[in-house]
Amino acid sequence: MTDELSGILAHVDRISQMDLDGVEPTSHVVALENVLRPDVPRPSLSPEQALESAPEPVDGAFRVPSPQADA
Amino acid sequence: MAGLLELTVAEAAAKIAAGAISREEYFAAWMQAAAGDELNAYLWAVENHDDYQVAEGPLSGIPVAVKDIFCTEGTPTTAGSKILAGYRPPYTAHAVERLDAAGARVLGKTNMDEFAMGSSNENSAYGPVLNPWDRGRVPGGSSGGSAAVVAGGLAPCAIGTDTGGSIRQPASLCGIVGLKPTYGSISRYGMIAFASSLDQCGPLTRDVTDAALLLAAMEGRDPCDSTSVGIEGGIVAPSRESLEGLRFGVPAELASDAIDAGVRAVFEATLARIEALGGEIAEIALPNAEHGISAYYVIAPAEASSNLARYDGVRYGLRAGGDGDLLEMYETTRAEGFGPEVKRRIMLGTYALSSGYYDAYYGQAQKVRTRIAEDFAAAFASIDFVVTPTSPSVAFGLGEKTADPLSMYLNDFFTVPMSLAGIPAISIPAGLAPPEGGGPELPVGFQIAAPAFAEQKLLEAAYALERAIGFDARPEGVDG
Repeated sequence: MTDELSGILAHVDRISQMDLDGVEPTSHVVALENVLRPDVPRPSLSPEQALESAPEPVDGAFRVPSPQADA
Repeated sequence: MAGLLELTVAEAAAKIAAGAISREEYFAAWMQAAAGDELNAYLWAVENHDDYQVAEGPLSGIPVAVKDIFCTEGTPTTAGSKILAGYRPPYTAHAVERLDAAGARVLGKTNMDEFAMGSSNENSAYGPVLNPWDRGRVPGGSSGGSAAVVAGGLAPCAIGTDTGGSIRQPASLCGIVGLKPTYGSISRYGMIAFASSLDQCGPLTRDVTDAALLLAAMEGRDPCDSTSVGIEGGIVAPSRESLEGLRFGVPAELASDAIDAGVRAVFEATLARIEALGGEIAEIALPNAEHGISAYYVIAPAEASSNLARYDGVRYGLRAGGDGDLLEMYETTRAEGFGPEVKRRIMLGTYALSSGYYDAYYGQAQKVRTRIAEDFAAAFASIDFVVTPTSPSVAFGLGEKTADPLSMYLNDFFTVPMSLAGIPAISIPAGLAPPEGGGPELPVGFQIAAPAFAEQKLLEAAYALERAIGFDARPEGVDG
Protein backbone atom coordinates (compact mmCIF):
# COMPACT_ATOMS: atom_id res chain seq x y z
CA MET A 1 0.00 0.00 0.00
CA THR A 2 2.86 2.42 0.84
CA ASP A 3 4.47 1.95 -2.59
CA GLU A 4 1.14 2.38 -4.35
CA LEU A 5 0.39 5.60 -2.49
CA SER A 6 3.90 6.93 -3.24
CA GLY A 7 3.42 6.19 -6.95
CA ILE A 8 0.09 8.01 -7.03
CA LEU A 9 1.50 10.98 -5.11
CA ALA A 10 4.46 11.21 -7.50
CA HIS A 11 1.99 11.49 -10.41
CA VAL A 12 -0.22 13.96 -8.58
CA ASP A 13 2.84 15.98 -7.57
CA ARG A 14 3.14 17.28 -11.14
CA ILE A 15 0.44 19.84 -10.40
CA SER A 16 2.19 21.17 -7.31
CA GLN A 17 5.00 22.36 -9.64
CA MET A 18 2.62 24.40 -11.82
CA ASP A 19 2.63 28.18 -11.55
CA LEU A 20 -0.97 29.00 -10.72
CA ASP A 21 -0.54 32.22 -8.78
CA GLY A 22 -3.61 34.41 -9.08
CA VAL A 23 -5.87 31.61 -10.40
CA GLU A 24 -9.17 31.39 -8.49
CA PRO A 25 -9.78 27.92 -7.02
CA THR A 26 -12.97 26.12 -8.15
CA SER A 27 -14.74 24.24 -5.39
CA HIS A 28 -17.96 23.96 -7.33
CA VAL A 29 -18.99 24.40 -10.97
CA VAL A 30 -22.54 25.66 -10.50
CA ALA A 31 -22.82 29.30 -9.49
CA LEU A 32 -24.97 29.18 -6.37
CA GLU A 33 -26.09 31.61 -3.72
CA ASN A 34 -27.07 30.65 -0.22
CA VAL A 35 -30.81 30.45 0.21
CA LEU A 36 -32.99 30.04 3.29
CA ARG A 37 -36.01 27.79 3.33
CA PRO A 38 -39.21 28.78 5.15
CA ASP A 39 -39.03 27.71 8.79
CA VAL A 40 -42.06 25.43 8.68
CA PRO A 41 -42.20 21.81 9.86
CA ARG A 42 -42.52 19.18 7.14
CA PRO A 43 -42.79 15.39 7.20
CA SER A 44 -39.55 13.57 7.98
CA LEU A 45 -38.43 10.17 9.24
CA SER A 46 -40.06 8.92 12.42
CA PRO A 47 -37.71 7.88 15.26
CA GLU A 48 -38.66 4.25 14.54
CA GLN A 49 -37.69 4.56 10.86
CA ALA A 50 -34.45 6.32 11.73
CA LEU A 51 -33.51 3.54 14.14
CA GLU A 52 -34.55 0.68 11.88
CA SER A 53 -31.05 0.07 10.52
CA ALA A 54 -29.15 0.82 13.72
CA PRO A 55 -26.78 -1.92 14.91
CA GLU A 56 -27.86 -1.39 18.52
CA PRO A 57 -30.95 0.75 19.05
CA VAL A 58 -32.05 1.29 22.63
CA ASP A 59 -34.92 3.39 24.02
CA GLY A 60 -35.17 5.55 20.89
CA ALA A 61 -31.42 6.17 20.72
CA PHE A 62 -28.24 4.70 19.21
CA ARG A 63 -26.20 2.75 21.75
CA VAL A 64 -22.39 2.88 21.35
CA PRO A 65 -19.56 1.44 23.43
CA SER A 66 -18.22 3.72 26.15
CA PRO A 67 -15.70 6.32 24.94
CA GLN A 68 -13.49 5.32 27.88
CA ALA A 69 -12.00 1.85 27.73
CA ASP A 70 -12.24 1.05 31.43
CA ALA A 71 -15.54 2.77 32.13
CA MET B 1 -40.56 -13.70 -25.28
CA ALA B 2 -37.33 -12.76 -27.07
CA GLY B 3 -39.29 -10.37 -29.27
CA LEU B 4 -40.24 -8.24 -26.27
CA LEU B 5 -36.63 -7.98 -25.13
CA GLU B 6 -35.50 -6.75 -28.54
CA LEU B 7 -37.49 -3.53 -28.25
CA THR B 8 -35.83 -0.29 -27.22
CA VAL B 9 -37.41 1.58 -24.31
CA ALA B 10 -39.04 4.08 -26.67
CA GLU B 11 -40.48 1.26 -28.82
CA ALA B 12 -41.75 -0.68 -25.81
CA ALA B 13 -43.29 2.43 -24.21
CA ALA B 14 -45.10 3.20 -27.48
CA LYS B 15 -46.43 -0.36 -27.78
CA ILE B 16 -47.55 -0.34 -24.14
CA ALA B 17 -49.29 3.01 -24.60
CA ALA B 18 -51.05 1.67 -27.72
CA GLY B 19 -52.15 -1.45 -25.84
CA ALA B 20 -50.18 -3.74 -28.18
CA ILE B 21 -48.31 -5.34 -25.27
CA SER B 22 -49.28 -5.50 -21.62
CA ARG B 23 -47.15 -3.97 -18.89
CA GLU B 24 -47.37 -7.14 -16.82
CA GLU B 25 -46.20 -9.31 -19.69
CA TYR B 26 -43.34 -6.93 -20.52
CA PHE B 27 -42.18 -6.66 -16.91
CA ALA B 28 -42.42 -10.44 -16.43
CA ALA B 29 -40.23 -11.02 -19.49
CA TRP B 30 -37.53 -8.74 -18.10
CA MET B 31 -37.86 -10.21 -14.62
CA GLN B 32 -37.17 -13.62 -16.11
CA ALA B 33 -34.20 -12.25 -18.08
CA ALA B 34 -32.77 -10.62 -14.94
CA ALA B 35 -33.15 -13.88 -13.02
CA GLY B 36 -30.83 -15.49 -15.58
CA ASP B 37 -27.93 -13.13 -14.72
CA GLU B 38 -24.65 -15.02 -15.15
CA LEU B 39 -22.54 -11.83 -15.16
CA ASN B 40 -22.80 -11.04 -11.41
CA ALA B 41 -24.35 -7.79 -12.63
CA TYR B 42 -27.28 -7.71 -10.21
CA LEU B 43 -26.87 -7.52 -6.44
CA TRP B 44 -30.63 -7.74 -6.00
CA ALA B 45 -33.51 -8.21 -8.44
CA VAL B 46 -37.30 -8.14 -8.16
CA GLU B 47 -38.61 -11.68 -7.70
CA ASN B 48 -42.33 -11.27 -8.02
CA HIS B 49 -44.68 -8.76 -9.51
CA ASP B 50 -47.91 -9.70 -7.75
CA ASP B 51 -48.47 -6.13 -6.63
CA TYR B 52 -47.68 -4.78 -10.07
CA GLN B 53 -48.88 -1.19 -10.35
CA VAL B 54 -47.23 1.69 -12.13
CA ALA B 55 -48.03 5.32 -12.81
CA GLU B 56 -49.23 6.57 -16.18
CA GLY B 57 -46.46 8.46 -17.93
CA PRO B 58 -43.87 8.42 -20.69
CA LEU B 59 -42.11 5.40 -19.11
CA SER B 60 -45.23 3.54 -18.04
CA GLY B 61 -44.41 -0.15 -17.63
CA ILE B 62 -40.66 0.19 -18.27
CA PRO B 63 -38.35 -1.77 -15.92
CA VAL B 64 -35.17 0.09 -14.95
CA ALA B 65 -31.98 -1.37 -13.48
CA VAL B 66 -30.64 0.95 -10.80
CA LYS B 67 -27.02 1.19 -9.68
CA ASP B 68 -26.78 0.09 -6.06
CA ILE B 69 -25.58 3.56 -5.07
CA PHE B 70 -29.17 4.89 -5.17
CA CYS B 71 -31.18 4.49 -1.99
CA THR B 72 -34.37 2.52 -2.55
CA GLU B 73 -36.78 2.33 0.36
CA GLY B 74 -37.01 -1.12 1.89
CA THR B 75 -34.74 -2.87 -0.61
CA PRO B 76 -31.03 -3.61 -0.06
CA THR B 77 -28.65 -0.76 -0.94
CA THR B 78 -24.95 -1.53 -0.46
CA ALA B 79 -22.97 0.79 -2.79
CA GLY B 80 -20.88 -2.32 -3.47
CA SER B 81 -19.51 -2.20 0.07
CA LYS B 82 -19.44 -4.68 2.93
CA ILE B 83 -19.94 -1.77 5.32
CA LEU B 84 -23.54 -1.43 4.03
CA ALA B 85 -24.29 -5.17 3.76
CA GLY B 86 -27.98 -5.71 4.54
CA TYR B 87 -28.76 -1.99 4.72
CA ARG B 88 -32.32 -1.12 3.71
CA PRO B 89 -32.74 2.67 3.40
CA PRO B 90 -35.80 4.37 4.89
CA TYR B 91 -36.26 6.54 1.77
CA THR B 92 -35.81 6.54 -2.02
CA ALA B 93 -33.43 8.64 -4.12
CA HIS B 94 -35.00 11.55 -6.00
CA ALA B 95 -33.87 10.25 -9.42
CA VAL B 96 -35.58 6.91 -8.79
CA GLU B 97 -38.73 8.64 -7.54
CA ARG B 98 -38.83 10.67 -10.74
CA LEU B 99 -38.57 7.48 -12.82
CA ASP B 100 -41.36 5.93 -10.72
CA ALA B 101 -43.51 9.01 -11.29
CA ALA B 102 -42.98 8.63 -15.06
CA GLY B 103 -44.28 5.05 -14.82
CA ALA B 104 -41.02 3.09 -14.63
CA ARG B 105 -40.32 0.45 -12.01
CA VAL B 106 -37.08 -0.76 -10.44
CA LEU B 107 -36.11 -4.17 -11.89
CA GLY B 108 -33.03 -4.66 -9.75
CA LYS B 109 -29.97 -3.07 -8.13
CA THR B 110 -26.73 -3.37 -10.06
CA ASN B 111 -23.24 -4.26 -8.91
CA MET B 112 -20.60 -1.53 -8.84
CA ASP B 113 -17.13 -0.62 -7.63
CA GLU B 114 -17.29 0.01 -3.88
CA PHE B 115 -18.64 3.56 -3.34
CA ALA B 116 -18.16 4.11 -7.11
CA MET B 117 -14.37 4.05 -6.75
CA GLY B 118 -12.97 2.18 -9.72
CA SER B 119 -12.86 1.77 -13.48
CA SER B 120 -13.28 -2.00 -13.79
CA ASN B 121 -15.89 -3.09 -11.23
CA GLU B 122 -13.21 -5.24 -9.60
CA ASN B 123 -13.46 -3.16 -6.42
CA SER B 124 -16.93 -4.46 -5.54
CA ALA B 125 -17.11 -6.30 -2.22
CA TYR B 126 -19.50 -8.67 -4.01
CA GLY B 127 -17.14 -9.79 -6.78
CA PRO B 128 -16.49 -8.36 -10.24
CA VAL B 129 -19.10 -8.00 -12.98
CA LEU B 130 -18.21 -9.87 -16.18
CA ASN B 131 -18.30 -8.17 -19.57
CA PRO B 132 -21.12 -9.71 -21.68
CA TRP B 133 -18.90 -9.54 -24.79
CA ASP B 134 -16.13 -11.61 -23.17
CA ARG B 135 -16.54 -12.96 -19.66
CA GLY B 136 -12.79 -12.90 -19.12
CA ARG B 137 -12.86 -9.11 -19.37
CA VAL B 138 -14.09 -6.24 -17.20
CA PRO B 139 -17.26 -4.26 -18.04
CA GLY B 140 -15.60 -1.01 -16.92
CA GLY B 141 -16.63 0.92 -13.87
CA SER B 142 -17.83 2.11 -11.62
CA SER B 143 -21.33 1.63 -13.12
CA GLY B 144 -20.19 -1.75 -14.52
CA GLY B 145 -23.32 -3.63 -13.47
CA SER B 146 -25.62 -1.06 -15.06
CA ALA B 147 -23.67 -1.24 -18.35
CA ALA B 148 -23.50 -5.05 -18.32
CA VAL B 149 -27.25 -5.56 -17.75
CA VAL B 150 -28.15 -3.32 -20.71
CA ALA B 151 -25.50 -4.80 -23.03
CA GLY B 152 -26.15 -8.35 -21.80
CA GLY B 153 -29.92 -8.32 -22.37
CA LEU B 154 -30.75 -8.35 -18.63
CA ALA B 155 -32.51 -4.96 -18.54
CA PRO B 156 -33.92 -2.57 -21.16
CA CYS B 157 -32.21 0.43 -19.57
CA ALA B 158 -30.33 1.45 -16.45
CA ILE B 159 -29.14 4.41 -14.44
CA GLY B 160 -25.72 4.95 -12.95
CA THR B 161 -23.51 7.69 -11.57
CA ASP B 162 -20.49 9.37 -13.10
CA THR B 163 -17.85 11.12 -10.98
CA GLY B 164 -14.87 10.91 -13.34
CA GLY B 165 -16.20 8.68 -16.13
CA SER B 166 -18.19 6.01 -14.29
CA ILE B 167 -21.11 6.05 -16.75
CA ARG B 168 -19.27 6.80 -20.00
CA GLN B 169 -16.34 4.36 -19.65
CA PRO B 170 -18.43 1.24 -18.85
CA ALA B 171 -20.91 2.23 -21.60
CA SER B 172 -17.94 2.38 -23.99
CA LEU B 173 -16.52 -0.98 -22.87
CA CYS B 174 -19.94 -2.68 -23.15
CA GLY B 175 -21.04 -1.15 -26.47
CA ILE B 176 -24.00 0.93 -25.25
CA VAL B 177 -24.92 4.61 -24.79
CA GLY B 178 -23.95 6.35 -21.53
CA LEU B 179 -24.74 9.99 -20.71
CA LYS B 180 -23.26 12.11 -17.95
CA PRO B 181 -25.46 15.19 -17.76
CA THR B 182 -24.28 18.63 -16.63
CA TYR B 183 -23.54 18.80 -12.90
CA GLY B 184 -26.80 20.08 -11.39
CA SER B 185 -29.17 18.55 -13.98
CA ILE B 186 -30.46 15.77 -11.73
CA SER B 187 -30.84 15.83 -7.97
CA ARG B 188 -28.23 13.91 -5.98
CA TYR B 189 -30.65 13.39 -3.08
CA GLY B 190 -30.50 9.76 -1.99
CA MET B 191 -27.45 9.04 -4.15
CA ILE B 192 -24.74 7.77 -1.82
CA ALA B 193 -22.02 10.43 -1.93
CA PHE B 194 -18.50 9.80 -3.24
CA ALA B 195 -17.20 13.22 -4.40
CA SER B 196 -20.07 15.66 -4.01
CA SER B 197 -18.80 18.39 -6.34
CA LEU B 198 -18.44 15.87 -9.20
CA ASP B 199 -21.08 13.10 -8.72
CA GLN B 200 -23.87 13.15 -11.29
CA CYS B 201 -26.61 10.64 -12.13
CA GLY B 202 -27.30 9.61 -15.73
CA PRO B 203 -28.77 6.95 -18.04
CA LEU B 204 -27.14 3.87 -19.63
CA THR B 205 -29.24 2.76 -22.60
CA ARG B 206 -29.25 0.92 -25.91
CA ASP B 207 -29.60 4.09 -27.92
CA VAL B 208 -29.57 7.89 -27.75
CA THR B 209 -33.37 8.22 -27.89
CA ASP B 210 -33.72 6.07 -24.75
CA ALA B 211 -31.07 8.17 -22.99
CA ALA B 212 -33.13 11.29 -23.79
CA LEU B 213 -36.30 9.62 -22.43
CA LEU B 214 -34.66 8.77 -19.10
CA LEU B 215 -32.95 12.14 -18.77
CA ALA B 216 -36.27 13.91 -19.48
CA ALA B 217 -37.87 12.00 -16.61
CA MET B 218 -35.05 12.56 -14.09
CA GLU B 219 -33.84 16.12 -14.67
CA GLY B 220 -35.18 18.99 -12.65
CA ARG B 221 -34.89 21.09 -9.55
CA ASP B 222 -35.26 19.33 -6.20
CA PRO B 223 -35.48 21.28 -2.94
CA CYS B 224 -33.58 18.44 -1.22
CA ASP B 225 -30.43 19.11 -3.31
CA SER B 226 -29.43 22.77 -3.36
CA THR B 227 -27.05 22.12 -6.29
CA SER B 228 -29.82 20.76 -8.54
CA VAL B 229 -31.06 23.32 -11.04
CA GLY B 230 -32.55 21.17 -13.82
CA ILE B 231 -32.32 21.77 -17.57
CA GLU B 232 -34.16 24.83 -18.84
CA GLY B 233 -36.74 23.89 -21.44
CA GLY B 234 -36.56 20.19 -20.55
CA ILE B 235 -35.54 17.39 -22.91
CA VAL B 236 -37.41 15.97 -25.92
CA ALA B 237 -36.69 12.99 -28.18
CA PRO B 238 -33.89 13.90 -30.61
CA SER B 239 -34.64 13.92 -34.34
CA ARG B 240 -31.73 15.63 -36.10
CA GLU B 241 -30.37 13.85 -39.15
CA SER B 242 -27.61 16.13 -40.42
CA LEU B 243 -24.64 17.72 -38.69
CA GLU B 244 -24.57 20.65 -41.12
CA GLY B 245 -23.29 23.82 -39.50
CA LEU B 246 -21.86 22.09 -36.41
CA ARG B 247 -18.17 22.21 -35.46
CA PHE B 248 -16.49 19.35 -33.60
CA GLY B 249 -13.21 20.04 -31.83
CA VAL B 250 -10.54 17.38 -31.42
CA PRO B 251 -8.18 18.31 -28.57
CA ALA B 252 -4.61 17.99 -29.76
CA GLU B 253 -3.37 17.17 -26.25
CA LEU B 254 -5.82 14.34 -25.55
CA ALA B 255 -5.64 12.77 -28.98
CA SER B 256 -1.87 12.45 -28.89
CA ASP B 257 -1.62 10.27 -25.79
CA ALA B 258 -1.38 6.50 -25.60
CA ILE B 259 -4.42 5.18 -27.46
CA ASP B 260 -4.70 1.63 -28.76
CA ALA B 261 -4.39 1.41 -32.54
CA GLY B 262 -7.82 -0.19 -32.91
CA VAL B 263 -9.48 2.54 -30.84
CA ARG B 264 -7.71 5.23 -32.85
CA ALA B 265 -8.89 3.70 -36.14
CA VAL B 266 -12.53 3.68 -34.98
CA PHE B 267 -12.16 7.26 -33.70
CA GLU B 268 -10.81 8.47 -37.03
CA ALA B 269 -13.49 6.63 -38.98
CA THR B 270 -16.10 8.36 -36.80
CA LEU B 271 -14.57 11.79 -37.53
CA ALA B 272 -14.93 10.96 -41.24
CA ARG B 273 -18.62 10.11 -40.65
CA ILE B 274 -19.14 13.48 -38.96
CA GLU B 275 -17.74 15.18 -42.05
CA ALA B 276 -19.90 13.03 -44.31
CA LEU B 277 -22.94 14.26 -42.35
CA GLY B 278 -21.92 17.87 -42.98
CA GLY B 279 -20.14 18.51 -39.69
CA GLU B 280 -16.81 20.26 -39.52
CA ILE B 281 -13.74 18.93 -37.67
CA ALA B 282 -11.33 21.40 -36.08
CA GLU B 283 -8.26 20.92 -33.93
CA ILE B 284 -8.56 22.67 -30.59
CA ALA B 285 -6.31 23.19 -27.57
CA LEU B 286 -7.15 22.07 -24.03
CA PRO B 287 -3.66 22.71 -22.63
CA ASN B 288 -4.56 21.89 -19.03
CA ALA B 289 -6.60 18.75 -19.69
CA GLU B 290 -3.52 16.57 -19.36
CA HIS B 291 -3.40 17.56 -15.68
CA GLY B 292 -6.98 16.40 -15.21
CA ILE B 293 -6.07 13.03 -13.73
CA SER B 294 -3.70 14.61 -11.19
CA ALA B 295 -6.28 17.19 -10.11
CA TYR B 296 -9.07 14.62 -10.04
CA TYR B 297 -7.12 12.17 -7.88
CA VAL B 298 -6.65 14.93 -5.31
CA ILE B 299 -10.16 16.42 -5.37
CA ALA B 300 -12.19 13.20 -5.53
CA PRO B 301 -10.32 11.41 -2.68
CA ALA B 302 -10.37 14.61 -0.60
CA GLU B 303 -14.16 14.85 -0.87
CA ALA B 304 -14.51 11.09 -0.39
CA SER B 305 -12.44 11.10 2.80
CA SER B 306 -14.91 13.57 4.24
CA ASN B 307 -18.08 11.92 2.85
CA LEU B 308 -17.11 8.46 4.06
CA ALA B 309 -16.59 9.60 7.65
CA ARG B 310 -20.28 8.80 8.20
CA TYR B 311 -19.66 5.03 8.11
CA ASP B 312 -18.80 4.56 11.75
CA GLY B 313 -20.99 1.67 12.90
CA VAL B 314 -23.29 3.89 14.94
CA ARG B 315 -26.51 4.56 13.00
CA TYR B 316 -26.63 1.96 10.21
CA GLY B 317 -24.55 -0.62 8.42
CA LEU B 318 -21.83 -2.84 9.78
CA ARG B 319 -20.62 -2.60 13.36
CA ALA B 320 -17.55 -4.58 14.38
CA GLY B 321 -15.41 -4.64 17.52
CA GLY B 322 -18.26 -3.59 19.81
CA ASP B 323 -16.65 -5.12 22.90
CA GLY B 324 -13.95 -2.48 23.39
CA ASP B 325 -14.27 1.29 23.66
CA LEU B 326 -15.86 3.65 21.14
CA LEU B 327 -12.67 4.45 19.23
CA GLU B 328 -11.86 0.77 18.87
CA MET B 329 -15.37 0.14 17.51
CA TYR B 330 -14.95 2.91 14.91
CA GLU B 331 -11.56 1.59 13.83
CA THR B 332 -12.56 -2.06 13.66
CA THR B 333 -15.78 -1.26 11.80
CA ARG B 334 -13.93 0.75 9.15
CA ALA B 335 -11.00 -1.67 8.90
CA GLU B 336 -13.37 -4.60 8.31
CA GLY B 337 -16.03 -2.75 6.31
CA PHE B 338 -13.99 -0.92 3.65
CA GLY B 339 -12.10 -2.57 0.79
CA PRO B 340 -8.50 -1.68 -0.23
CA GLU B 341 -9.33 0.93 -2.90
CA VAL B 342 -11.65 2.82 -0.57
CA LYS B 343 -8.99 2.80 2.16
CA ARG B 344 -6.39 3.99 -0.37
CA ARG B 345 -8.56 6.95 -1.37
CA ILE B 346 -9.49 7.88 2.19
CA MET B 347 -5.77 7.98 3.03
CA LEU B 348 -4.92 9.98 -0.11
CA GLY B 349 -7.72 12.43 0.58
CA THR B 350 -6.89 12.84 4.24
CA TYR B 351 -3.26 13.45 3.32
CA ALA B 352 -4.17 16.00 0.62
CA LEU B 353 -6.32 17.91 3.10
CA SER B 354 -3.86 17.82 5.98
CA SER B 355 -2.28 21.01 7.22
CA GLY B 356 1.03 21.67 5.50
CA TYR B 357 -0.05 19.83 2.32
CA TYR B 358 -3.42 21.48 1.73
CA ASP B 359 -2.13 24.29 -0.49
CA ALA B 360 0.27 22.10 -2.47
CA TYR B 361 -2.37 19.47 -3.24
CA TYR B 362 -5.99 20.41 -2.67
CA GLY B 363 -5.64 24.16 -3.26
CA GLN B 364 -3.52 23.57 -6.35
CA ALA B 365 -5.94 20.94 -7.72
CA GLN B 366 -8.84 23.39 -7.39
CA LYS B 367 -6.89 25.93 -9.41
CA VAL B 368 -6.14 23.34 -12.11
CA ARG B 369 -9.87 22.69 -12.15
CA THR B 370 -10.48 26.37 -12.88
CA ARG B 371 -7.94 26.25 -15.71
CA ILE B 372 -9.57 23.16 -17.25
CA ALA B 373 -13.02 24.79 -17.12
CA GLU B 374 -11.53 27.91 -18.76
CA ASP B 375 -9.96 25.73 -21.50
CA PHE B 376 -13.37 24.28 -22.35
CA ALA B 377 -15.05 27.71 -22.24
CA ALA B 378 -12.43 29.07 -24.64
CA ALA B 379 -12.85 26.10 -26.98
CA PHE B 380 -16.64 26.37 -27.01
CA ALA B 381 -16.31 29.96 -28.23
CA SER B 382 -15.42 28.60 -31.68
CA ILE B 383 -16.78 25.03 -31.72
CA ASP B 384 -20.01 23.27 -30.67
CA PHE B 385 -18.65 20.00 -29.29
CA VAL B 386 -15.43 18.41 -28.06
CA VAL B 387 -14.89 14.83 -29.23
CA THR B 388 -12.46 12.14 -28.00
CA PRO B 389 -12.36 8.37 -27.68
CA THR B 390 -14.20 7.53 -24.44
CA SER B 391 -11.50 5.15 -23.26
CA PRO B 392 -7.93 4.63 -24.53
CA SER B 393 -8.53 0.88 -24.91
CA VAL B 394 -11.28 -1.68 -25.38
CA ALA B 395 -12.32 -3.80 -22.37
CA PHE B 396 -9.25 -5.15 -20.58
CA GLY B 397 -8.85 -8.52 -18.90
CA LEU B 398 -9.98 -9.24 -15.35
CA GLY B 399 -6.99 -8.71 -13.06
CA GLU B 400 -4.94 -6.99 -15.79
CA LYS B 401 -4.68 -3.61 -14.03
CA THR B 402 -5.45 -4.41 -10.40
CA ALA B 403 -1.79 -4.59 -9.35
CA ASP B 404 -1.13 -0.99 -10.38
CA PRO B 405 -3.77 1.53 -9.21
CA LEU B 406 -2.15 4.34 -11.22
CA SER B 407 -2.55 2.49 -14.54
CA MET B 408 -6.20 1.95 -13.60
CA TYR B 409 -6.60 5.68 -12.88
CA LEU B 410 -5.12 6.61 -16.27
CA ASN B 411 -8.07 4.83 -17.88
CA ASP B 412 -10.12 7.91 -16.98
CA PHE B 413 -7.84 10.21 -19.01
CA PHE B 414 -10.52 11.22 -21.55
CA THR B 415 -13.49 11.41 -19.20
CA VAL B 416 -12.12 13.24 -16.13
CA PRO B 417 -11.67 16.73 -17.72
CA MET B 418 -15.43 17.01 -18.49
CA SER B 419 -16.27 15.97 -14.92
CA LEU B 420 -13.97 18.63 -13.48
CA ALA B 421 -15.56 21.25 -15.76
CA GLY B 422 -19.06 19.99 -14.87
CA ILE B 423 -20.12 19.77 -18.54
CA PRO B 424 -22.29 17.08 -20.18
CA ALA B 425 -20.73 14.27 -22.21
CA ILE B 426 -22.11 11.18 -23.92
CA SER B 427 -20.45 7.97 -25.05
CA ILE B 428 -21.98 6.20 -28.04
CA PRO B 429 -20.80 2.89 -29.54
CA ALA B 430 -18.81 3.71 -32.68
CA GLY B 431 -17.53 0.33 -33.82
CA LEU B 432 -15.50 -2.72 -32.88
CA ALA B 433 -11.76 -3.18 -32.54
CA PRO B 434 -9.50 -6.03 -31.44
CA PRO B 435 -7.70 -5.72 -28.08
CA GLU B 436 -3.96 -4.87 -28.26
CA GLY B 437 -2.88 -8.44 -27.58
CA GLY B 438 -5.24 -9.80 -30.26
CA GLY B 439 -8.54 -11.63 -29.89
CA PRO B 440 -12.16 -11.16 -30.87
CA GLU B 441 -13.28 -7.60 -31.53
CA LEU B 442 -14.81 -5.52 -28.73
CA PRO B 443 -16.85 -2.29 -28.63
CA VAL B 444 -15.24 1.16 -28.89
CA GLY B 445 -16.96 4.27 -27.55
CA PHE B 446 -16.93 7.77 -29.02
CA GLN B 447 -17.28 10.65 -26.56
CA ILE B 448 -19.02 13.94 -27.37
CA ALA B 449 -18.98 16.79 -24.83
CA ALA B 450 -21.01 20.00 -24.95
CA PRO B 451 -21.26 23.25 -22.95
CA ALA B 452 -23.11 23.18 -19.62
CA PHE B 453 -26.85 22.45 -19.95
CA ALA B 454 -26.62 21.97 -23.75
CA GLU B 455 -27.95 18.40 -23.35
CA GLN B 456 -30.61 18.74 -26.06
CA LYS B 457 -28.06 19.88 -28.62
CA LEU B 458 -25.70 17.09 -27.49
CA LEU B 459 -28.41 14.43 -27.84
CA GLU B 460 -29.38 15.74 -31.30
CA ALA B 461 -25.80 15.45 -32.58
CA ALA B 462 -25.31 12.04 -30.95
CA TYR B 463 -28.58 10.86 -32.51
CA ALA B 464 -27.57 11.92 -36.02
CA LEU B 465 -24.18 10.29 -35.63
CA GLU B 466 -25.66 7.11 -34.11
CA ARG B 467 -27.90 6.67 -37.16
CA ALA B 468 -24.96 7.15 -39.51
CA ILE B 469 -22.80 4.65 -37.60
CA GLY B 470 -25.58 2.06 -37.45
CA PHE B 471 -23.88 0.05 -34.68
CA ASP B 472 -25.89 -3.17 -34.42
CA ALA B 473 -23.37 -5.66 -33.01
CA ARG B 474 -24.48 -7.54 -29.90
CA PRO B 475 -22.68 -9.92 -27.56
CA GLU B 476 -23.19 -13.58 -28.47
CA GLY B 477 -26.56 -14.86 -27.29
CA VAL B 478 -28.10 -11.40 -26.83
CA ASP B 479 -31.04 -10.47 -29.07
CA GLY B 480 -32.04 -7.02 -30.15
